[in-house]
Amino acid sequence: MSRKELLSKIGLRQDGRRAEELRRIRCKLGVFTQPDGSAYLEQGLTKVLAAVYGPHQVRGGRSKAQHDAAIINCQFSMAVFSTGERKKRPRGDRKSTEISIHLHQALLAAVKVELYPWSQIDVYVEVLHADGGVFPACVNAATLALIDAGIPLKEYVCACTASLANNNVAMVDISNQEETLGGPVLTVVALPMSAKIVHMEMSQRFHLDHLPKVLNLALQGCKDIKAILDDVVRQHVKDIGSSTGWSQTNRKQ
Amino acid sequence: MLTTKIFIRKNRAGNFLKNIREHYLRDDIHCGISNCHDCPPNSNISPATHENKCSLYNFNHYLVLDTNVILHQMDLLEEDAMCNVIILNTVLEEVKHRNLPIYKRLNNIMENTDRNFYLFPNNFHIECYIAQDKLEVINDYNDRCIRRACTWYMQHVPDAKFVLLTDDVANRQLAAEENIYCCSVENYVAHLENCGSLQDKLAHHDGHSISKSDDIFPPHLTTLEIHKGIKENKLYQGVYHASRDNFLEGYVVVEESDGTPMQIIVQGRVGQNRAVQGDVVAVELFNVKEWTAPSDLVFEDEGLVESGVDEVLRKEAELNVGKGKKEAEDRKPTGRVVGVIRRKWRQYCGILQQDGDASGLYQLFVPAEKRVPKIRIQTRQGVFLRTQKIVVTIDLWPRHSRYPEGHFVRALGAIGDQATENEVVLLEHEVPHNQFSEQVLKCLPKLPWIITDADVEARVDLRDIDICSVDPPGCTDIDDALHCRPLTKDTFEVGVHIADVSHFIRPGTALDVEAANRATTVYLVNKRIDMVPELLSSNLCSLRGGEERFAFSCIWEIDKNAKILNVRCHKSIIRSRKAMTYEEAQITIDDKTKNDSIAISLRNLNMLAKILKRKRLENGALVLASPEVKIHMDSETMEPLDVEVKKLFETNSMVEEFMLLANISVAEIILEAFPDCAMLRRHPEPPVSNFDPLIKVGKNLGFDIKVDTGKHLAESLDEAVNANNPYINTMLRILATRCMMQAVYFPSGIYEKSNFFHYGLAVPLYTHFTSPIRRYADIIVHRLLAVTVGSDATYPDLLDKQKSKLLCNNLNYRNRMAQYAGRASVAFNTHLFFRNKVQDEEGYILCIRKNAVQILIPRYGLECTLYLAEKGQSSAYFQYDVEEQTQKCGDITLHAFDPVTVRLSLDSSNVQHEKFVLKLVHPYIEGFSLPPLNVPSKRKGDSKNKNKSHEKRKKQLH
Ligand SMILES: [Zn+2]
Repeated sequence: MSRKELLSKIGLRQDGRRAEELRRIRCKLGVFTQPDGSAYLEQGLTKVLAAVYGPHQVRGGRSKAQHDAAIINCQFSMAVFSTGERKKRPRGDRKSTEISIHLHQALLAAVKVELYPWSQIDVYVEVLHADGGVFPACVNAATLALIDAGIPLKEYVCACTASLANNNVAMVDISNQEETLGGPVLTVVALPMSAKIVHMEMSQRFHLDHLPKVLNLALQGCKDIKAILDDVVRQHVKDIGSSTGWSQTNRKQ
Repeated sequence: MLTTKIFIRKNRAGNFLKNIREHYLRDDIHCGISNCHDCPPNSNISPATHENKCSLYNFNHYLVLDTNVILHQMDLLEEDAMCNVIILNTVLEEVKHRNLPIYKRLNNIMENTDRNFYLFPNNFHIECYIAQDKLEVINDYNDRCIRRACTWYMQHVPDAKFVLLTDDVANRQLAAEENIYCCSVENYVAHLENCGSLQDKLAHHDGHSISKSDDIFPPHLTTLEIHKGIKENKLYQGVYHASRDNFLEGYVVVEESDGTPMQIIVQGRVGQNRAVQGDVVAVELFNVKEWTAPSDLVFEDEGLVESGVDEVLRKEAELNVGKGKKEAEDRKPTGRVVGVIRRKWRQYCGILQQDGDASGLYQLFVPAEKRVPKIRIQTRQGVFLRTQKIVVTIDLWPRHSRYPEGHFVRALGAIGDQATENEVVLLEHEVPHNQFSEQVLKCLPKLPWIITDADVEARVDLRDIDICSVDPPGCTDIDDALHCRPLTKDTFEVGVHIADVSHFIRPGTALDVEAANRATTVYLVNKRIDMVPELLSSNLCSLRGGEERFAFSCIWEIDKNAKILNVRCHKSIIRSRKAMTYEEAQITIDDKTKNDSIAISLRNLNMLAKILKRKRLENGALVLASPEVKIHMDSETMEPLDVEVKKLFETNSMVEEFMLLANISVAEIILEAFPDCAMLRRHPEPPVSNFDPLIKVGKNLGFDIKVDTGKHLAESLDEAVNANNPYINTMLRILATRCMMQAVYFPSGIYEKSNFFHYGLAVPLYTHFTSPIRRYADIIVHRLLAVTVGSDATYPDLLDKQKSKLLCNNLNYRNRMAQYAGRASVAFNTHLFFRNKVQDEEGYILCIRKNAVQILIPRYGLECTLYLAEKGQSSAYFQYDVEEQTQKCGDITLHAFDPVTVRLSLDSSNVQHEKFVLKLVHPYIEGFSLPPLNVPSKRKGDSKNKNKSHEKRKKQLH
């Protein structure tokens, strides 16, 4: 028997959260001046930077360009110092390629690509520190960066993980410690406002009976994250708007 | 609300890793005190009804305990005397880390709402959390956390009082500076209202305050030294096992660097160095030159409560005599225990040693388990306790003390009382034997139980088939029934119908959890401890004659050469025509005048079973033997009237064959459907070295026992027949049985397929399907099979490989214990039967030792020791020959397996370990042997008074 339980008898997790509580999320828009949009996001100790360039002309081989939509180019990478063990991570290894593809899928569902035919949007995501739920943090950061870049979205696209503690209780937003202790991790990317699931991934099997509660909790997590991101975006707009007097108009609405 | 914890760890490659974790601090944690106004109302917090009355404090108070108090004084805490206790999370985590069994016991207490133990997660509380200082030792930090929680409570609930119990003097001092009431446990208990017997339960971890004599044991290495030694391959880690016969010898099972197991012998005071049966210890291996052979001597510890080590020294010296003379090939790895890694001390049943002053404060406790040393305890009720079987636990074993020191836990009842002895057997084997709880009983179906149309719809109706059951006499939990009918001239339909227990026991219910924990029904001589409540075991699930019952049927088409043409399984409704005993069935088969359908189907079954058995044996299945006895009890007084070896009929083997067949067929089906989590049973091939004693004995008798494969072993056992002594073959099989490994349950996902093999049965796949009333494994197999045939749905735990593995571990453990408990019960009742009797009995020599011979008395299934010499002396009559394994006296030589006649009587001078005393009668040796008794002992039990000891005892060889 593992001596550490994911969820103690009194309902607290290893780090003191309850099963349905997210880790602390802190984020900031417009952290760089060079890209068209950028964002920094902390979800617990997982720290991610996202930068968006575009829309711009398709670079490198016009053949990729589409006549009716913009193409989205995603690049995911991890800093050498992002995990406890320092490791050189070559760009384009299998794991980052996979995450890049998933990220592409997730963003494609939200960006109104049809507005920009023959163009390209570049999204770069860099993980500064990995402490579980890396991919969801990337999605959330990328969403903010896209908003910062002023690219029209259908709605927020948010991601969150959920797991099953003691093979019974669903819990949300899994940290690295909880990942290593075991238990299946379900990652969900969703459009929280329309309650659509964009992408879903499971790390290991668990019984079908548990799926509804775990899935619902992950979706609830996406909604909660959306609310947090939304607050930050509104605050950000208000802050930059205050210099030009936008915030006044904003408040009237 | 948030802080981070930073850990720096070294990984396997030797790099340093920085590990950072979040640690959230909360402000929504309830303090657990019901009338607190500051905390949000919480319906889970019950008001304290009990008052802690300790004369040191003239007010009611809450108790806060430190880690060591919980670790050391669990027996005290389990008493209802102390209530309203706040358990801090800091403490709980440390307890869990240091001692899992204690942690579980603490959890049990916390679940009891009457005790009002409240778990306060202080380390997550925003006001109670404090950060660890850079150079602060973890123990100091934990103590500081505890004190911080106390002071917080004091200002959070000013009208309540809190008392910190700790035995750490420094901590008490610091606490006093912070105005926290604090007290040592001993002092607290001494001033508690009605403290009486509570004081006996105190564990004394600073040692009994007896005049410190010189240290008689070498010191143990520190944890750090042990780790270093193991890492550098200078020390080995392993489990210590004490010898049953010689209290000065034991061995440690360790793993060599390549993973092969090795036994290291440890001898004497220095070698054993305070290791107790089951402890995980560190051992140092001696130079090959200093190795010794396992001793042939039988030594008993005869020490008294105040006696020193003189006796030990004398016996040690005796042990050392002849050490050098041992033949090199007999020498085995030898070493000494240098440290203890983990103590596996538990509670022990036993009695107080009878000699010495009964009213003395110090008493010596003699455990029932011979491999556990005597324990010295402090008690104020010695006179009374000497009449009782009691439970005692060890607290510590200081270097200066010949015996470990412990404390009294509770009394079980008068010595020699049958109920007490049953209790002891159950406790010693950790058999759960409480009454079934209300919750469990609520899961049972309501009576009258009726079969509904929906039930009939979901099942195959087999009520028109002539099915019957064959079981031991008096069996009330009938879990299998059979039928056989001809299909064509050459083919038969054979059905095995097993009670459909999984229909009644639904996964996850209290009933299911209880059954899974019990794992098996335990059979004592006059008592059966059911796995499931009686309504199921003896009524609704029992396939009684003439009653309609639910069954899980496994049906084959078999041709007359017993070749299986096909198999199908489904749930069914049956009505057994008759519940027969083995004897009745045998008579029905043999009685040629009987030609009803039951008789015919029994004859066909018997015919097919013989072919199946032959085929199985040809494949290399082993026929093993173990003497099993039946005890006839007087139905009124419950005293054993007679002991005899069980009689076996052909029909025993008939039923067995079809049960094996059903188990094999079902194993194949469920493995195909659930490659990852099918519950199977494997019987590993024993390592060749296990067979050494068998080969040695065989060689002395002129038989060549081949052990390279099971088939060869089976063949050579078949060939080892001596016309003059037909019992030799049985003896060899008894010995062979002792070389075997235990068969175990496992989920299929954890091994490669090649490991699924069942050695004893020589089949590639095996499981247990046929006894769901008395074995939990069968219930799981039923559930898996039900899913396979589409009559039930899966549930999460069924498909969870890890959980299945944990379940299997429990089943294997409980099964082993149930087996031991059964044997212990038979042994006790055999003793009871022989009290005040003296008889001459035929026996066979099982093995030869230096100062004794082991003798098997087949009629009673007894194995006893015939001492050839007074303890500690070499025999005046016999010469021991190590090489030949014989004892010689003049022209009489005793070999293994020789028939002898011995006089059997019971020595009851040791109340706890009554033992058989044997005296040689034949062969006659002047001055040593006794003349035969005039009246040859013939059992003359009054047969009408006989009552079969209990319903059912089935062998679990496979
Ligand atoms: Zn409070």
